[in-house]
Order: sequence, then structure tokens, then C-alpha cells
Amino acid sequence: MPTPLTVNGTVHSVDLPDDVPLLWVLRDALNLTGTKYGCGVAACGACTVHIDGEAVRSCQVALADVWGPVTTIEGLGQPETLHAVQMAWVAHQVAQCGYCQSGQIMQAADLLNRTPAPTDADIDDAMAGNLCRCGTYPRIRSAIHTAAATLRGA
Amino acid sequence: MADWGKIARRSFLIGSAAMAGGVAFGVWQYRRELPNPLRPGEGEVTLNPWIIIDQQGVTLVAARAEMGQGVYTTLPALVAEELDVAWDQIRVIHGPAAQAYYNAGLMSHALPSTDYDRTAWQEMMVEAMSVIPKMIGLQVTGGSTSTLDAYDRLRMAGATARETLKQAASVRLGLTTSSLLTRDGRVIAPDGIELSYQDLAEEAAAIDPPRRVDLRPASQWKYLGRSMPRLDMVAKATGTASFATDIRLPGMRFATVRMTPRLGGAMLSYDAGAAEAMPGVDRVIDLGTGIAVVANTTWAAMQAAEAVEISWGPAPYPETSDTMLDIIRAALDGPADSSLRDDGDVDNAADPTDRVIEAEYTVPWLAHATMEPMSAAAHHMGDRLEVWAGSQAPGFAERAAAEAVGLDPAQVTCHVTFMGGGFGRRGETDFVVLAARIAQAMQGTPVQVTWSREEDMRHDFYRPAAVARMRGVLRAGFAQSLDGRVAAPSVTRQSMLRMTGTAPPGPDKGHVEGMFNQPYAIPNYRVTGHLADLDVPIGFWRSVGNSFNGFFMESFMDEMAHAAGRDPLAFRLDLAEREHAPSAGVLRAVAEMSAWAAPRPEGTGKGVAMTHSFHTPVAVVVEVADRGGAIALTRAWIACDVGTALDPAIIEAQMVGGLVYGLSAAMMEEISFAGGEVQQGNYTDYDALRISQMPQVEVRLLETSGHIGGVGEPSTPPAAPALGNAIYDLRGERIRDLPFNRRMRFVV
Repeated sequence: MPTPLTVNGTVHSVDLPDDVPLLWVLRDALNLTGTKYGCGVAACGACTVHIDGEAVRSCQVALADVWGPVTTIEGLGQPETLHAVQMAWVAHQVAQCGYCQSGQIMQAADLLNRTPAPTDADIDDAMAGNLCRCGTYPRIRSAIHTAAATLRGA
Repeated sequence: MADWGKIARRSFLIGSAAMAGGVAFGVWQYRRELPNPLRPGEGEVTLNPWIIIDQQGVTLVAARAEMGQGVYTTLPALVAEELDVAWDQIRVIHGPAAQAYYNAGLMSHALPSTDYDRTAWQEMMVEAMSVIPKMIGLQVTGGSTSTLDAYDRLRMAGATARETLKQAASVRLGLTTSSLLTRDGRVIAPDGIELSYQDLAEEAAAIDPPRRVDLRPASQWKYLGRSMPRLDMVAKATGTASFATDIRLPGMRFATVRMTPRLGGAMLSYDAGAAEAMPGVDRVIDLGTGIAVVANTTWAAMQAAEAVEISWGPAPYPETSDTMLDIIRAALDGPADSSLRDDGDVDNAADPTDRVIEAEYTVPWLAHATMEPMSAAAHHMGDRLEVWAGSQAPGFAERAAAEAVGLDPAQVTCHVTFMGGGFGRRGETDFVVLAARIAQAMQGTPVQVTWSREEDMRHDFYRPAAVARMRGVLRAGFAQSLDGRVAAPSVTRQSMLRMTGTAPPGPDKGHVEGMFNQPYAIPNYRVTGHLADLDVPIGFWRSVGNSFNGFFMESFMDEMAHAAGRDPLAFRLDLAEREHAPSAGVLRAVAEMSAWAAPRPEGTGKGVAMTHSFHTPVAVVVEVADRGGAIALTRAWIACDVGTALDPAIIEAQMVGGLVYGLSAAMMEEISFAGGEVQQGNYTDYDALRISQMPQVEVRLLETSGHIGGVGEPSTPPAAPALGNAIYDLRGERIRDLPFNRRMRFVV
């Protein structure tokens, strides 16, 4: 029995067992590969997406339990239509290898939805679950401050 | 004016060669021409292996693996600087695995001498040895050599192509080449007529390239020396950058592997009955020393792989890391395998009135733990095999895959993707070979093979554990003598044997690098290497031997400074000033940046370390603070001398990243063995520095050394000792065994 799933505004019908994590539905069934697998146990944040506007680890949400529309990095903004957070990432040249950055950006977007003017401490609290082995953290902090200012219209 | 005689001696030459479907320029030559690896399609002309011009514009071939270090930006900038193309016109591809893209710079580390003290004879030897990688097709990204290797070559390629395009325009317009200018991908005539490179490409391909060509001085650079927008940045901010694990092909199936956890051991038997009955599972494949599962999703494959019941044979090495460490330590009491530095007379250096100190240090095994677990896609079509892999050594990967599935290397194509971290791990070919074998079993069906995090962490080529015994003699505030002995399994021997079939003869420089070759004028200075080979898979881990020797050396330098009653930074500076000015320069820089001499607030400490590696001296100061019994890393300062800073923002990012990689390992990383199996499996028990633990970092780039230095690795070695020395400054406690969190808590 296919499961309906709304991703980036498109309704899909997913013919996979109920217990398949959303991460693998996105990557292997819908070919939305911007969302990354890093650990499978919610320890790295590379798989972060939004469900109903809230950042979640897609490796921990079973297909049957997805409670609302899903937004992935592809839905946040495309190369020609960058979201403010993505623009800030480009402006600050954040990425090195880039593998964790989809998750970082989705987590940062969620932070800015809740906290329009975050302090460094707010950023550390919100982003500590997102691992980056390249050590891009200083530029992530700067980019989040820039995106916050953009989104506030400052 | 570039000297062609010198260029030729450096074993590269930009010529022209006819090829199927067009003409190629700038084929690297050594005695005979290497075949041009780029086969142009319809309507394209390949000017040389580094430049393609077609109707869409200019495409530059990076030919080095992009794992975050920015080669997709810096290497094209070298070509573009001379070729005169607008930054937003440039497209970059990795290009195929090919002998023409060999890395001459890699061999620049092979000489058993200190890098900072090269004589003319040594330069000649480096040039001669640079022929070796060419002959074995060593298209390897590693050793922080990419820009070192490319600096002359790629600018020359760009300049030669530009001049050839101008010649083509001069023929067409009946004007002298000296009257023509080039700008933004066009040749511009005095009367304002503009001809695009695309328009001229076919004609240019028929012209012999000029024999002499000007390289622009740094004062005229437009791209080099500046922080350019990275060409991979928008893709990486939008999830559109394709890593190997992201390859999707029509009809693709998803696979994972579960190999023996006792590395090198046998698989005695297995029962796949339950696994094969699971939903979505296509089949379980016997890989001899493990199994693969092919399914409709990676998830189904991973679940089923765990459900296979397997009986494993024993590991070919001791069961526990404690036993391994005993074996490594015991090697210190045996004969030395190398003595690459033996200045003065260490054995008779001490007077009765001298202060003598001794210390033993240990470091654990380490995994690379790249963010993207090992992955590769493969498609076996009977008489040929295509693989997609984030490979730091695609030529080796093609050969290894070919051998594994019984094809000729010419029948195998490796497409190199972006890689989600490399750090040395992706120079290995194991993950490519397994994907090739699974594809062979699934002939006709493309497979995407993604390892679980646990499989990745438990099947690495580890940074070996190591032990050092250090002895120092202090006299009147100076180091009179340093005697260092290092024991570890040989990364060089094992990895070269694995890659090339033979272990290199002679002393193992990599084993003692970071200790024997440091720029300190210590009159009696001896370093001996004691190899203790075990059958644990080991490999290149960001900065290799420097990663442990940097800790041993620079922690002990601190101990000597304190024993001598000296300030640790001034103690080093005295010794560096007499030996190597750029190394002294980076020490002075971090002293100033960190206000080293200023009084330190109660509850804070600072530590300094300096390591010269990959042709770049890097000094680091780390500041720590006590937070209710836990240690916080509050600030850090890095000064490096890279000779010429080709892209300051990328270099800064590499310096910070290398520091974070070294700090992570020093604070909390350890791979241990029990029952012959690696005990750690995920970021829950092998974590790394988080943003909440990240100090504020300031980086200063110096440009005095007179040569291009590596940037991807040299800030890793000083990270651990700078932190350890800061902890000593704060607490008066000297920790000689890594990781530090065995003995203390860090703020999380």
C-alpha cells in the first residue's frame, strides 16, 4: 500500500515498507540526494530536513511517521534561487568538502525561524548536533549572523 | 621569461599531438608523449590535457581530487591567470584517470633530508625523482602537494594556450601577435575586432605552440594571490554537488557490504536465509572475506547485511590494542631501522652539571571518519566497467578494480566525484574494488555501494599507534641535546606495498617526519626510527608521521623549556632563529597575535607548538580556560609561511580545518581493539570537535619562505602539542598519552 508523502511541495506515492527511514526514502526512492547519510543514529546531523517547518534527523523518522510536509535542501533554494541562508553560506565561503553542509544549512534555517537574532551561544546550542570534520565552524557562525540580518531585513 | 631548458629538465613539455577526433595541445612529455586522456566529442577541441574549449566555453581539468581543500578553485585559477578567461566563464571537471596527470610534487617528500634545508644537489635529486611518479602513473592527491606540483605547470599550460590562440587570430586577421590582446576569453585586435576562444579553438589546435612564453609576475596577477569565489560553493550550498554516494543511474540497485571485523581474517561460513527473505532484498553476494547485500534501498541492504549470520575466523594480529602497544613499545629496545638525523654526539653530550630529562609518550590508533562513509557506484557491462568514486588515486583504483574483476585496465573507467572528506582514506582502493566485484556479480545492473558508518569505522586503514622515548639535555637555558626514539608500524612500507607491490628500500622517512627534520639548532640532535610492523591495516592520515611526531617533539620541547627555566616560545625561537628564518618568523607572529607575553588571567592557560611539514612551517598558540573543572578551548592563533599564498581564504580554511582535525584527535579520538575487532563504530564513541567546543581562531599567512608550501596538512601536527602545552600551563599537569579526555573533561 503506497504511502503519500509531500516533499518540497510535490506529492509522491512511496511504495516502500512503513519502517524505512525518511532519509532513505528521499535518497533512494525519490533521488533527492542533497540530504546525506552520515551516521544513521542522529549523531551527526548530515540528514537534517524540515518536517512541517521543524528541523529533524531524517534517519530517525520512519516513513509511516512523517507528520507533515517535508522540505529538503533542494526545496530550500536552488542555485538560481538561493535561500538567504544559502546566500550567506556562499558569501562566507563556508563549505570545504561540503558533505555536511546540507544538514548544517537546514539546521541553521530552523534556528533562524525560531530565533531571528541568535547570539553565538544560541548558534552553538542549535548547531552542536551537526558535525563537520573539515572544521568550517567559524564560517558557519559568521554566515548564520549574516543570514539573520538578511532575514530581518537589516 | 620562463626557461624552456629548465622546464624540460623538470620533465614536462607542452607540445602538440594529433589525436582521434581533433588535435591536442600541451601533452606532457617525458622521452615519449603520454597519450592525451581527453577524447573530445563532436565540436570540441582539446588544446591540452588541462584545457578544453567548446561551444559552451572554457573547461579546465583540475585532475586532483576535491575533498574540501579547494583544488577545484586554485588549480583552475593557475590556468585562468595566464589564459585570460573571466572567472564566471570557467567550468571545472576532474577529468579521467590518466598518466598525464601524475603528481611530481609527491616525490618531493621522498628525499631523506630536511625539507627546509635544500641544497642544489637535493633540488636535482627531487627533479630526478619526480620522474618516478610519472612512470607509474601516480595521479595521487596527497602529501599537500597539489599546488606545489601545479604552480609552474598549469600557469605554463594557460600561457601556452593563450599564445597559441593569439597566433590563430593573427593568421586569420593578418596581424602580428604582438598587436593582439586577450581578455575574458577573447582575442582583441587593435581595431576592436574580438574573436572568442571558442571561435579560434579549431585553428589553434593546428598550430605548433610557442617555444618561449612569458609567465606573468605576481604584480600582474588578477586571480592568484586573491580569495576567489570557490567554484564548488553554490553546488555545496544547495545539495547539488554530487558525491560518489549520490550517483543515481537508471535501473540502479543499492548495496552495502559487511566484511570481516577481524581485519585480514577469514569468513568461515555464513547463513543468508533470513536476510534473503527480507523485503526489498535482491540477493546476498559472497565476497570471500565478507558479504554484500543488494536491495531496493540502502536501508534494506544495511538491515539485511546485519541479519546474515556469519562465523568469522581470527584476526592475523594481536587481539587487543594493549598487546599491540606493548609490541610497539618493545621495538624501542631493539635495533633502529633509521637514524635520519645524528648531529653532534648525543651519547656524550651531557656534562655532570647539565639538567637531563626523559619522557615517554604514546598515541592511539585513529580512524579517518570522513563525513561521507566509503562509497562507490559501479556498472559492469561484460567487457567494460565504469566506476564512480571519490578517489584520491583513480589510476590505482582503475588498475585494482580491473584486476579484481578480470578486465584489462583499459576496460575500466573511474569517474572521480566530489568526496565527502578524504584525509588520506580515499587514496586506498578497497572501496572501489568491492563495488567493482558487486557490479560484476550484478552484471548489467548499476549498483550504488554505500558502507554503513560502523563498517567504515571498523574497516579503515588506521593511523597507527606510536610510542616515543625522548631524552633532553639542558645547559644554561638552551637545549644541548635531543635524543628521540620513535616506534610504530611503518605506514610507508605497508601502503606502498599495497599500492605498488614493493616496499621502498632505505630508511622510512615518513616514520620519523615531524621529529628528525625540525628547524631547531640543537647541537646534538639524533632521531632514530624503530619499526614495529603488525598486520593491522594502516594508511595515510592527514599529515601522516607528523601527526604523532609533532605531538612527541613539541610536547617534549615544552618540557625542555620548562626544565631549562625558559619561556616555551622564547626557548623555541632561540633555536629556530639559528636554523631557519621562516620558522622563526611564524613563532614571532603567533607570539604577537596571541599577546603571548601578556599576563594570563587566573583560570586560563596558553600553549605553543611549531611544526615544519609539507614545506610549510606552522606555529599555533591555543588558549584554554577552566570552566568548573572542565577545559574549554577559548582561542587559537595560527601563523604559517606558505611562500606564496595563491588563495588566502582557502588557505585560511585549510589551516583552521587542519587544526580542528588535530584537536579532535587529541581531545577525544581513539580506536581500540578487543578480540581482534575495532570497538568503536560511530560518532557516539568516536566523536570530533563540535561547534560548541570551537575556539575563536585567527590565522596569519606569511610569504617569506621562497617556495610554495603545502596547506592541507601542516596545521594538524602542532594542534595536539599546543593544546597539551596549554593544559600544562593551566594545570601544571603534563599529559603524555592521547587522547586527553582519558584524563580530563572538556566542555561539550
